Amino acid sequence: MTAFYLINLSVIMGVLALAMTLAFVRFALGPTLADRVVALDMMTIIGAGLLVVAGVVFGGPAFLDIALMLALIGFVSTAVFARYIERRHGP
Amino acid sequence: MIVARQVLVLGLAWAGALLTLVAAIGLLRMPDLLSRLQVSSKAPSVGVSSLLLALALHFGDAGLWLRSAGMVGLLFLTAPIAAHLIARAGFVTGTPLAKETAIDPAGGQAPGS
Repeated sequence: MTAFYLINLSVIMGVLALAMTLAFVRFALGPTLADRVVALDMMTIIGAGLLVVAGVVFGGPAFLDIALMLALIGFVSTAVFARYIERRHGP
Repeated sequence: MIVARQVLVLGLAWAGALLTLVAAIGLLRMPDLLSRLQVSSKAPSVGVSSLLLALALHFGDAGLWLRSAGMVGLLFLTAPIAAHLIARAGFVTGTPLAKETAIDPAGGQAPGS
């Protein structure tokens, strides 16, 4: 693995971290609960992508399994939050 | 051969990262719950799929190809379902819409169309 390759992958991880920060700003601002849930879902997906790139950088294919689990948990939590928002509003 | 593969991996990873960054900027700047949802449900799944393709190409392992294909399928299957659930919850609870957003009362099935 050459240095150029490694530097590019590190910059890509930085770009993903910047995207996660922007999603976190929306999570902190979000006027309603549904906006916050959307931002949280996107932060989970970006985290899975960050883990995938970390798997390339650190040479550990096991990172992929953790990313898979993170994506799955993000979907389930989004579905449960949507159900909770509807249930809280009325019967 | 190895250099060509590395260039391909870097191109895919850059494409995925930039798509995700554009989606995050859109999530921050869109005026409305529904338009934010429209941004945040499509672009990250394509971006992360591109990153997964880069990882599978970097290692070139059959098991990793299979697992990343499974994760791409999972992302493309679950992202629309999650977006639909959140949009439904936001609509039911009466989330305020931007002034550019209009509701079609006929649900896209106007008589005579």
